[in-house]
Amino acid sequence: MYKSVVLVKQVPDTANITGNVMQEDGTVNRAKLPAILNHEDRVAMEIALRVRDQYGGTVTAITMGPPRASDILRECLYMGADHACLVTDRKFAGADTLATSYVLSEAIKKIGDYDFIFAGRQAIDGDTAQVGPQTAEKLHVPQITYLEEIVSVSGKSVVAKRKIEGGYEVVRCSLPVLVTVIKDAAEPRPFKAKRVMAFKGARSLLEIEKLVDGNPLLSVEALVHEYESRSLLIETLTMDDLHLDPARCGVHGSPTKVYKVESVVLSSGDHEHIEPTRAGISRLVDKLFEDHILG
Amino acid sequence: MPNFFLDNRDLLFHFDSLDMRDIVPIAEDDYRQAKAFNYAPVNYDDAMENYRKVLEVVGDLAANRVAPRAAGVDHDGAAIHAGVVSYAKGTRDNLRELAQADLMGMIIPREYGGLNFPFSVYMMAVEIISRADASLMNLFGLQDIADTIGKFASAELKQEYLPKFATGEYTGAMALTEPDAGSDLQAVKLQAYQDTDGHWFLRGVKRFITNGSGDVLLVLARSEPGTRDGRGLSLFVCHGGDSLRVRRIENKLGIHGSPTCELQFNDTPAQLVGSRKFGLIKYVLDLMYRARMGVSAQALGISQAAYEEALMYARDREQFGRPIYHLPAVSNMLVEMRVTLEVNRSLFYGAALSVDRKEKLEAFIEKLKAEGKPFAEKNTELKQATRVANLLTPITKYVLSESVNKIAYDALQIHGGTGYMKEFRVERFARDARITSIYEGTSQMQVVAAAGQVVNDVLREYFDKKEAKEYPGGLLRLATSLKEIRQLFYEGLKTVVDRKDSSFQDVASKDLVDLYSYLIMGYLVLDEAERDRKKIFIANRYILNSLALARKNAEAIKSGLYSDLLHADEILQ
Repeated sequence: MYKSVVLVKQVPDTANITGNVMQEDGTVNRAKLPAILNHEDRVAMEIALRVRDQYGGTVTAITMGPPRASDILRECLYMGADHACLVTDRKFAGADTLATSYVLSEAIKKIGDYDFIFAGRQAIDGDTAQVGPQTAEKLHVPQITYLEEIVSVSGKSVVAKRKIEGGYEVVRCSLPVLVTVIKDAAEPRPFKAKRVMAFKGARSLLEIEKLVDGNPLLSVEALVHEYESRSLLIETLTMDDLHLDPARCGVHGSPTKVYKVESVVLSSGDHEHIEPTRAGISRLVDKLFEDHILG
Repeated sequence: MPNFFLDNRDLLFHFDSLDMRDIVPIAEDDYRQAKAFNYAPVNYDDAMENYRKVLEVVGDLAANRVAPRAAGVDHDGAAIHAGVVSYAKGTRDNLRELAQADLMGMIIPREYGGLNFPFSVYMMAVEIISRADASLMNLFGLQDIADTIGKFASAELKQEYLPKFATGEYTGAMALTEPDAGSDLQAVKLQAYQDTDGHWFLRGVKRFITNGSGDVLLVLARSEPGTRDGRGLSLFVCHGGDSLRVRRIENKLGIHGSPTCELQFNDTPAQLVGSRKFGLIKYVLDLMYRARMGVSAQALGISQAAYEEALMYARDREQFGRPIYHLPAVSNMLVEMRVTLEVNRSLFYGAALSVDRKEKLEAFIEKLKAEGKPFAEKNTELKQATRVANLLTPITKYVLSESVNKIAYDALQIHGGTGYMKEFRVERFARDARITSIYEGTSQMQVVAAAGQVVNDVLREYFDKKEAKEYPGGLLRLATSLKEIRQLFYEGLKTVVDRKDSSFQDVASKDLVDLYSYLIMGYLVLDEAERDRKKIFIANRYILNSLALARKNAEAIKSGLYSDLLHADEILQ
């Protein structure tokens, strides 16, 4: 029986960019893109579920994000997650990877024991691949990055295959461990129809508060109780629940500053005709070495 | 992310128009199941929300997993080695994921692990899957087999088979056709006999059995020695295994993903479904309703795919300095395809609802009987519902399977020479389409099946009501056209009846069924146009075109066009 936590993130669907999404300054108008569950995080969910299917245990999906990030937590429930947890607070806004990993690591501590923390290698919006490793550092647990496959789990150790340049290596590691997963590691399972129907009404505390807002007939407490009794409450953790240092959260805790965004338009420059002869090709190879494209 | 449910505006229109307030409460036992199952709906709106959400899952699977594998499935096809049939890799992946998604038991009751969905919603799923890979319908669409077991088999058989159908562990097959019993199922010979302990065994050959290599087979067999017609046939269920040999699989024009098997039963142990002698006349007829609808859904899905492909190509392909989409000859073809597609969808979901209504009434009457309550009133309702379903299902199968051939033909035509090449999807659609007007009853058999109801004018009262209705301004002309079509129908009908010539009636009934189908679809789309402005164009094109065709149909009946059939031998010499 192994307890897994999966770090998931809601990201803009950059695979389906349409004309008016890119702004003139080179940034993306997020409001115009549909928000989706980051693909590699979905793969991480799949790996966690496979560990549970094979060895038993539980899977908890956790995300830090705005209230609407509940959408991706419901998707995790549809795939098979046992629990979902939304970490949210206005004060978390504008966080870089350092602040994000701080908040996530504290939230994980709050949730309790774990054997595995799975995360996608990186998110398609930031492409940093830092949140997983930084979270592991803050929790003082070892990490296996670029996971291709969980080979086996027994007792308090795992054997895993990870991708390295030009091949792979198989490593053994003690538990608990944080694992980041590459997209080829597994094909994520589809949503299960029965779970979609059962958990379509799962709500975070914030969503319940919104339901109550302006309706004097409802009370948050009663509704929370009702959702909880039907296993439809998405656990919600805020700044106050986690006793965090405000200086390490959100914008205040984020030393990363965007210096400049440059819109790079790739275009071909000069072109050169190479004769398809031994001499021509040899000149081409020399040139490629000279320009450090080869070697 | 593409989604074959959410991106299909017309399908969404039909989902939003689905009114199942008389059906869902019966299926859901007045929502009492919600206490036992966390995925059962608590009220009607919740049920509809469930259906929508699950169709979104189907749409996602279809668009993002099934469709990208379809070309590979078509290329690889199912295969047989040493008597063992294997699916193409893409098919295996599709089936695994459909099972993971809980979608292999959509119409199986919850107590056996199914989703307990209405037939109409299941049909939407079949349409969506067929659009992605027509051949997958032949496996996904076999859930009716479980339904037949659920309706007619004993409690033990249900417990034995249904849970494994629901998880996707079992796939099934309907083994009806034989070398000498195709359209004429009364000629089935496969022998069913009992040993001294009363155990049943099957011996003989079945041919053209879709997924005959499946785990569970429903087999129509002759249980009453010496009989020669349908009353000597019973329905059996059996497992595949050593005594059931797949002799070969067919090398087909299309739907390559679906293995079509020739089966040899060598004293295969089997169990009787329901009562003896009711095999064909009750159980298979019930199964055929649904099978016809399944093939119609397949036709509709292929039609959608072919239309989309043609539209996309026409927008991209430039000739004479602009996309061919702007050439009137091409845009006219596209409009015709779109209109046919939408009107067919109206007919299809009207028919699906008629099947739901009939079946739920049957279930409700059973319940009333069991509770000792009066049911005479419901019985009258059921009789009419049955007549309507008996009319609509063969007409739907006939119209949709003929249409998909035309739509796929035109879609390929719009592609020009490119469309003839294997690199483009459209040639696959044209090949896959072809079977739909043949299997589960040819178009000619569907006309025969519908003709009885048409000649009896089963929808007379319905049409009377529609004629009395006042349609608003722009639609008035169309309503008048439909009245004219109805007159043409009655003139044709009178001619046929007065002739008292059964051969003439056989050949003319196609025209009569055509005429009746224009009226059915015409009024459906006219009512839709009243509710939704976008449908006005569809109604306009469909009804005016139908009027032109109706004049031709009526003329063919009245002019004596078919009298040369008396001289067929001379002509065909």
